[in-house]
Amino acid sequence: MTITAPQRESSVPLSGMPLVHGTLPGWAPWATLAAGAALGAALAVASGLHIALAILLALLVHSVAIYAWSRSVEGARRATDRIVTTIVSGAFLLALVPLVSVIMTVLQKGLVRFDAEFFTFSMRGIVGEGGGAYHAILGTLIITGLAAAISIPIGLMSAIYLVEYGRGRLAKSVTFFVDVMTGIPSIVAGLFAYALFVLVFGPGVRMGLAGAVALSVLMTPVVVRSTEEMLKLVPHELREASYALGIPKWRTVTKIVLPTAVAGIASGVTLAIARVIGETAPLLIVAGTTTAVNLNPFDDSRMATLPVFSYYSYALPGVPREPYLDRAWAAALTLILVVMALNLVGRVIARLFAPKSR
Amino acid sequence: MAKSIDISDLSIFYGSFMAVREVSMTIQARSVTALIGPSGCGKSTFLRSLNRMHEVVPGARVEGKVVIDGQDLYGPDIDPVAVRRQIGMVFQRPNPFPTMSIYENTAAGMRLNNKRMPKKDLDEKVEGSLRGANLWEEVKDRLDRPGSSLSGGQQQRLCIARAIAVEPEVLLMDEPCSALDPISTLAIEDLIAELKQEYTIIIVTHNMQQAARVSDRTGFFTIEGTGKPGRLIEMDDTSKIFSMPSEKQTEDYISGRFG
Repeated sequence: MTITAPQRESSVPLSGMPLVHGTLPGWAPWATLAAGAALGAALAVASGLHIALAILLALLVHSVAIYAWSRSVEGARRATDRIVTTIVSGAFLLALVPLVSVIMTVLQKGLVRFDAEFFTFSMRGIVGEGGGAYHAILGTLIITGLAAAISIPIGLMSAIYLVEYGRGRLAKSVTFFVDVMTGIPSIVAGLFAYALFVLVFGPGVRMGLAGAVALSVLMTPVVVRSTEEMLKLVPHELREASYALGIPKWRTVTKIVLPTAVAGIASGVTLAIARVIGETAPLLIVAGTTTAVNLNPFDDSRMATLPVFSYYSYALPGVPREPYLDRAWAAALTLILVVMALNLVGRVIARLFAPKSR
Repeated sequence: MAKSIDISDLSIFYGSFMAVREVSMTIQARSVTALIGPSGCGKSTFLRSLNRMHEVVPGARVEGKVVIDGQDLYGPDIDPVAVRRQIGMVFQRPNPFPTMSIYENTAAGMRLNNKRMPKKDLDEKVEGSLRGANLWEEVKDRLDRPGSSLSGGQQQRLCIARAIAVEPEVLLMDEPCSALDPISTLAIEDLIAELKQEYTIIIVTHNMQQAARVSDRTGFFTIEGTGKPGRLIEMDDTSKIFSMPSEKQTEDYISGRFG
């Protein structure tokens, strides 16, 4: 038996590598999309097809058309690329729908009462129109600020312990319990804070501080986690460089590691604040609501917050209903704006503190 | 200032794994000692054990003695932080502190060691260290710029300036030029030649020409196989190691026949 080398087909020249192939014009996807949209619109008008189905149909027509067209001109790989592009873009738009819808609704309904009175008046003695959420805005800021004051030191120090010092069983169990805490439902945090304060102040306690404690239970694990990730990103070489200068470990941590990670830590902390500022359930239990301004979180008295204010105005409106509903939406809008502002602040902080390379 | 180091029967372990076995050598003051050998033979580990930097890795420990100035570095009363103040280190990759300016980087060792000194003295010290690292002329107009704005070679010289600013007795260099281009390498090698007037320098290098150029004495480390500890095969004057080494293994390695 002899073995011969496989003969190359003579029709394929050795130098003839196909580097050139057809390309669809740049407007091709827009054309098929327009065709699909036209078809969908026509059917929607003619046979009363539901708008969502019409959009789905348009996308389907577009996908099939662009795939077939691309496959015949550009080949299979480009055709697959185009169809995946369509799917990814479609998924992105789909994800945007609820977000845009929420923002539109809140803006539309919230702007009705988004006026100076809303920000300067409490609900004390207000029945029906007028009044505002001054007391609730202050309450939210005070309670969230206190929660941050409790959580940030605990969270930062836990993260420093876990990354820089923690070894063995204790560190492992701290990590485990932080993970468990991350998953605590907010209502449970509220019940925990209530149970804790009942021990001291007796049943029926309502207090701003209790709200802050409940929020800090939710906030601490977020701070620990984000700080931990940021500290882990600090290159080990920097710590070694510091040790090699004879700098003690605690100074290495405070003067080298923390400043290097501070941008990420600050933005992580800001996001953690944004995460808890909208919490409703725990505050419903332990802070309650009131119509008057209450600036003392340490007093055994109710303290209004924006989410709770919004909830009660919507769930238990007075008569007439409209002013209550308008105030609820305005409070929701205010809360969204506060969270958005916090996110922006987080980004600005990250940029300000980021190590500069130029 | 500079001190000699006596190392006797030093074995280094990571957990139960023995990385370096029974090394004994004497390192003379005000000289450059080069450590050469194949990758993984434990020369970096050995170097790091000389200022207790290997202890940063959990589970690392040593047996044997490292005596400097009559004191055993691994004695029971020795503070590793104090050891590192006396024995500085320069690493393979330049690692200036990213949040600090050139000035702050150079002053970091003094400031963070809690030494309070007047601004004027600190300025002088920074200038002296940067001059010592041959970097002053290049950076004197931009001391407040971040350390990371410098080129790789300049960053490495900044790290050397930072290390000599705390006035150590000994300077350990772990492949200080392996991330640098030939011109920056030349600048560092010139610097080493100057620094040995005042410091005892130990340098780990993969570049045998570099070892031959900069060092007075050379130690050759090798390893018998994966999982075996590294050993010091031979240590002698650099000229002798590179011309007529007494061990066959050394000759094979420096002539490129190592296998």
